[in-house]
Amino acid sequence: MSPDSHAAIELRGLTRHFGERTALREVSVEVPAGATLAVLGRNGAGKSTLLRILATLLRPHAGVAALFGEELPRRGWAVRGRIGLLGHDPLLYRDLTARENLRYHARLHAVEPERVEEVLAAVGMARRGEDPVRSLSRGMVQRVAVARAILHRPALLLLDEPRANLDPGASALIEPLIGRASGLTRVITSHDPRSALAEADLVLALRDGAVEYVGPPDGLSETALREVYA
Amino acid sequence: MKATLAVLRKDLLLELRTLETVPAMALFAVTVFVIFHFGLNRSSLSGQLAAGVLTATLLFAAMLAINRLFVAEREQGGFDAFLLAPVDRTAMLVAKATTLFIFLAVLEVIAVPAFALLLAPPGLGQAVPGLVLILALTNLAFAVIGTLVSAIAVQTRARDLIGPIIGLPLMIPALIATARGLGPLLTVHGSGAPPGKWLAVLGLYDLVNALLAYAVFDFLLED
Repeated sequence: MSPDSHAAIELRGLTRHFGERTALREVSVEVPAGATLAVLGRNGAGKSTLLRILATLLRPHAGVAALFGEELPRRGWAVRGRIGLLGHDPLLYRDLTARENLRYHARLHAVEPERVEEVLAAVGMARRGEDPVRSLSRGMVQRVAVARAILHRPALLLLDEPRANLDPGASALIEPLIGRASGLTRVITSHDPRSALAEADLVLALRDGAVEYVGPPDGLSETALREVYA
Repeated sequence: MKATLAVLRKDLLLELRTLETVPAMALFAVTVFVIFHFGLNRSSLSGQLAAGVLTATLLFAAMLAINRLFVAEREQGGFDAFLLAPVDRTAMLVAKATTLFIFLAVLEVIAVPAFALLLAPPGLGQAVPGLVLILALTNLAFAVIGTLVSAIAVQTRARDLIGPIIGLPLMIPALIATARGLGPLLTVHGSGAPPGKWLAVLGLYDLVNALLAYAVFDFLLED
């Protein structure tokens, strides 16, 4: 079986602790390639922890996490270049320009330099590419962060509040890059369940690190949704 | 190699852009020499005393850079960005140690002439080749241990304290070898040749620490 015939994401009994606190408790879900998983839950539910495990930045303490058939963290090196992470932190150096930051990431990912101009133009930041990141507005920083996340043409996008700080115009601009139209496998976390449910094929609702619901979006009742955020 | 060069290039660009580290190191070193010059009321030192003052000053100045080496990675997400890339994690170690080595070399370009002006014995000129050789080995020692210590310290809340508390004791062997090696060079019209024994000690210290750093650095980047 080739690695790409596996589910894009496979979690079985995934558990992660931080000291005494259990951030994720036996989470299981399978996401086919090209599908979008919306991870819902209030603050501290375990959404960001799940994203960091999928990004190979955190180790699971129990259970199985596999991306494209490669088990984490043992085979993390095999999938790192296929993951695009857009989190709360833009992962950009404030004293470098947007273009310098993207060139740095392009070198790390062995991406051709021309791709930097391509993604800068795609997020509408080509004219501000020579400005230091610290001089950009939050929305502009988010657009550069989107450019960074897709620079190396990932197969899996991990999106933590991807439209934070973006006005409607900027949201529309990045839609073909990280939205459903991108055709990529996506994991989206959001505090706003309506927007996340609208673009999800699968929903994983977490409460205090445990699974409250997993399944298609239309299977999640209003009552159950309210429970998740209660 | 490409990843190492990417991180190195980025670090040097950040320093050129912000001028946060090397100017502070140089200012610190020159200030210490001025303090010794007036505090001891001496216009020149020689032998082991001169070597001790020069080596200790460079070591303390190095701590300033060591404390800051990973700050941008920690505060601006550089660690995560690097860990997300499909590159060998040793690239970060090599790049950071090279960055620190370069910072120390630039510091010495400023600090050694200042030392010569304020405290060195006459006739330092003929000791320059030996001085360069010993300082290069010393820089390597400070760079490798400093990178390890900085990677540990930056994960803690008290990184400004942890760096010196762990780093200074680990660097004592390098301090001893450097000071002993420099002693004969910093006498009036010094011999011009550093003692081979202390060069060998420094070389061995560099080798052992480089192997140690290579073995453990990956684990320092893990969560």
